[in-house]
Amino acid sequence: MLVPLEWLKQYTDAGVDADAFCEKMVMSGSNIESVTRYGGELEKVVVGRILSVEKHGNSDHLLVTRVDAGLGEPLQIITGAPNTFAGALVPVALPGGSLPGGVRIKKGKLRGMESEGMLCSAAELGFADKVVPLAHKDGIWILEGDYAPGEDFAEALRLREVTVDFEITPNRPDCLSIIGMAREAAAVFETPLFYPETLPHREGGKAREYIDVVVKNPELCPRYIARIAANVRIKQSPWWMQKRLMYAGMRPINNIVDISNYVMLEYGHPIHAFDIRNIEGGKIIVDTAEEGRRFTTLDGAERVLPADTLMINDGVKAVAVAGVMGGLNSEIRDDTAMILIEAANFNGDSVRLTSKKLGLRTEASSRYEKGVDPGLAEEAVERVCFLIEQLGAGEMIAGSVDVYPDREKRGPIPARVDRVNRVLGTGMKRRDMEDILKRLEMRVAGSGNVMEVLPPSVRQDLRAEEDVIEEIARIYGYDRLETTLPKGNSTAGMPAARGFTEFARDVLSGAGYSEIQTYSFARPESAEWLNVPEGAEARRFVRILNPLGDENSAMRTMLLPNMLETLGRNCARNIEAARAYEIGGVFFRDSGGELPRERRSMAVGAYGGSMDFYELKGVLEILFGAMGVRGVSYEAESGNAAFHPGRCARISRDGGVLGVMGELHPDVAEKYGICARCYVCELDFGAVIAGADTMSYYKPLPKYPAVFRDVALLVDERVTVKSIETVIKTAAGKNLESLSLFDVYRGEQVPDGMKSAAFNLVYRSPERTLTDEEAAEDCERVLDALRRELNAVLREV
Amino acid sequence: MEYEQLDEIIERAKAGLREVETEAETEAIRVKLLGKKGSLTEILRSMASLNPDERKEFGRRANAARAEIESLLAERFAEVREKRRRLKFESEILDVTEPGKGRPPGSRHPVTSTIDFISRIFMNMGFFVAEGPEIETVFNNFDALNAAPNHPSRDMTDTFYISADTLLRTQTSPVQVRTLMRQAPPIRVISPGRCFRRDAVDATHSPMFHQIEGLLVDEGITMADLKGTLDNFAKLAFGAEVKTKFRPHFFPFTEPSAEMDVSCFKCGGKGCRVCGGNGWIEILGCGMVHPNVLRVGNVDTERYTGFAFGMGVERIAMLRHEIDDIRLFYENDMRFIEQFR
Repeated sequence: MLVPLEWLKQYTDAGVDADAFCEKMVMSGSNIESVTRYGGELEKVVVGRILSVEKHGNSDHLLVTRVDAGLGEPLQIITGAPNTFAGALVPVALPGGSLPGGVRIKKGKLRGMESEGMLCSAAELGFADKVVPLAHKDGIWILEGDYAPGEDFAEALRLREVTVDFEITPNRPDCLSIIGMAREAAAVFETPLFYPETLPHREGGKAREYIDVVVKNPELCPRYIARIAANVRIKQSPWWMQKRLMYAGMRPINNIVDISNYVMLEYGHPIHAFDIRNIEGGKIIVDTAEEGRRFTTLDGAERVLPADTLMINDGVKAVAVAGVMGGLNSEIRDDTAMILIEAANFNGDSVRLTSKKLGLRTEASSRYEKGVDPGLAEEAVERVCFLIEQLGAGEMIAGSVDVYPDREKRGPIPARVDRVNRVLGTGMKRRDMEDILKRLEMRVAGSGNVMEVLPPSVRQDLRAEEDVIEEIARIYGYDRLETTLPKGNSTAGMPAARGFTEFARDVLSGAGYSEIQTYSFARPESAEWLNVPEGAEARRFVRILNPLGDENSAMRTMLLPNMLETLGRNCARNIEAARAYEIGGVFFRDSGGELPRERRSMAVGAYGGSMDFYELKGVLEILFGAMGVRGVSYEAESGNAAFHPGRCARISRDGGVLGVMGELHPDVAEKYGICARCYVCELDFGAVIAGADTMSYYKPLPKYPAVFRDVALLVDERVTVKSIETVIKTAAGKNLESLSLFDVYRGEQVPDGMKSAAFNLVYRSPERTLTDEEAAEDCERVLDALRRELNAVLREV
Repeated sequence: MEYEQLDEIIERAKAGLREVETEAETEAIRVKLLGKKGSLTEILRSMASLNPDERKEFGRRANAARAEIESLLAERFAEVREKRRRLKFESEILDVTEPGKGRPPGSRHPVTSTIDFISRIFMNMGFFVAEGPEIETVFNNFDALNAAPNHPSRDMTDTFYISADTLLRTQTSPVQVRTLMRQAPPIRVISPGRCFRRDAVDATHSPMFHQIEGLLVDEGITMADLKGTLDNFAKLAFGAEVKTKFRPHFFPFTEPSAEMDVSCFKCGGKGCRVCGGNGWIEILGCGMVHPNVLRVGNVDTERYTGFAFGMGVERIAMLRHEIDDIRLFYENDMRFIEQFR
């Protein structure tokens, strides 16, 4: 809400400078977006009178003007503006002067002719295009009124003013007005509030002879006031009004439209004026339109009306989209002689939906959306009538039509003094609270602990005790409230799953992998891209009804697709290696249950550098080790079409599947634009957590020495390490303490199709020292079994 | 005559030791002179032929000679050993500027590390970290939080819907509702998590973002407690010297409501790029829990009061790390991500 401070001061004068004003307004709840100081940047810009206009000899579009700028001798100024004419009063920037944006004016030659300054447009003087009157929007600013050549332009037009743009919260539509902000300022600065002059009216009277109002949908139009002005003379409104409109962000049009807009800004109540000669049948009918009807609004656009659009009709046709914009067919024209002034209250939701469907948002619609007090219609229309007569724009016909079947009656709000103090932690007295409320134009009755608070009609947001408490708090000042810490005890902590998630992130990052965060969304085709089988859980997408694009049209069922997109993006940016992981939610459409099923998943993905299958497996082993997840097994999985058929493992524990890992299938990698062999895994993190046991138990340290044996075995390539280990463990007997693979070798001295696997065996008895003979016996038994079951032979090294 | 032999042995020791370069050579000299068959031992054997007085004198001299030789040997031994180790050390000099072995650590995503950072502060103030689902009911996300039935934020243009009754939560406040419905006061929870709003992506908007919300309900909680708790948080998060400012604001689920600014932790309030020149940075929204929200959890609003607050994680991460584009968080360019080690 743009508030020119000069305008606000008319109703209450805070008596402080703009900075102090802003500071206190912010601290009482009227936050400020920006402050604009107009006119300050204008230097050596004066009023000039154009004496003559001639064509420039060397140019088709330049003109040579002689201008009286009050300097005695006229100036020769070259201009491109076609709207200049002899006798016009215009702003002239003199050499050495400056304009907004740091523009400096110098003498210069244009196409060979000297120019001793510059004639200015409103835009060049710092006004936004959208507020400049159409008459001189595309040319030099032609001044109306009596100004003397040589007068300082900013002084003459009283341009040097401050405009504050307030951020109005949705609960305070009453502040979308100059008077509303003045009411706030008066309460904050404890200054009196003066209301503007109005022309009171009586319901009925002569106005009824001109117009009849029928409201078919009182729930969408709780109130409709119509007044009539005759002998209307359309002309420009006075400069003081134009300037206030421009500073408040609106374009001056003509006196009647300007008065409507002026009162809308002043009171926050939209006003519309119809040319009554286009209102047929002497009737206004407020009714919803059928879907698909066409209607041309004031801006000249023909619009197709959506269903249930509330329209203002005359006896024959539609004349306005209620609360949004008037129709072209009844707009105020230069020859308008009699007008109907509408001050109506429309349902905010209805206006909001209409405005949204039409894609047409106006100053009026945005106010109705937020809620306009129906009580305000009367004051606003009375103000319009006063201004019409004061500005000589027309003469009011006595009386009015006021359709207001359900006049709202609000009772007082009981607010308890002790409750206020209990919520705010204060020790205020009742009279301090009453004083604050009265400054906000509330009436307070009752006695003792209970205040019966009656807010002004415009404060539609005040309904309950807590609303009153907030009013007291913000005017009293949040900064004056104490700063204390809550008493009482509580237990801090977090759910175990969250703790494990944080822990796993630290472990994975410590192991050299970097955490990524991707959208919870998925593109449903990702299931195809990863060859997810029909009927698999990962195809049970939760769909979003109103997504932003296909790629975000469902909730993810796995983390892998987003991981692969991320890796592909990094490849595309020529990043040679990446090691990444993500832990986050995945979602499944499930029958039953109020909400879709949601669980935590974990993905790791990497390419480049030394990355291979075993590095990926290694980091999983670190994670499982750190989390105390024991007994994890890896089995070759050739049926997962997202992976290399010979380099994929199903990871399980205790008969339950934890997830899958391996080398990405080259076709899938290509689909995602991943440039190198890519290793990925996805785990059901909930299942991982279920297997976590971070508790360790002490076993006594060994009392007797161990016997160590290293054996290198030559086996067929297809014999797995796991099967060798199983045979060794079964054959070794109870003295085998531990078994570990320390080398796998292929190459020289190992025939093709074979590999050498070297194990370290440790034998130990808890009861005595083992003899070399016993160990040798055990070892022999193991080698026999290996030979028999796996055709493995001891390799001599 | 034998006395001269002793002097000669000492001379031989001196001469021999001058030549030795290794500990082994030194030892060889020791054996040759002092060993079982060494020269000095030989001479001592010949002592048997002397008379007692001579023998006593000779013994004394011989022991002095042995002591001198032993001292010479020890000295030379130490020298030789020192020299050998010096040579060994010289041959083993490392370039200490070569990088260490092992993989450099990975990084934590700035959003989750900011969540952990803030969560820890509140845990130290006795708050429990609660979580809730990303897909929520309309009731928990809007109705229970006192949002007007026709509030624009409920529109399909603003909120992602799964069905008429379920949506992607637009805030983490539904976790407050779940907590109030599950647990009786006293309550102190914070709920970090993902939220969704139907905003097109640009430098300051993302359809997915993170929030941290907090809720404290107990007997006798006042707005002064709200100020104290959040001022304490600001000092722990941004530095003991920061000041806080509470401005009135509006939220449907709290009343009175406020926004909290902190004095700029970069420039100390003088005005800089981080604070946009005005010395203050808006950090969070807060307020006293609206009685309508407490009633959802059947909390006795006369006995209990409370406060709630909420902040945008990306915003705080952007301020802390001086990141200027929200899109960077979800593009996951490794050159960005790996900066947060």
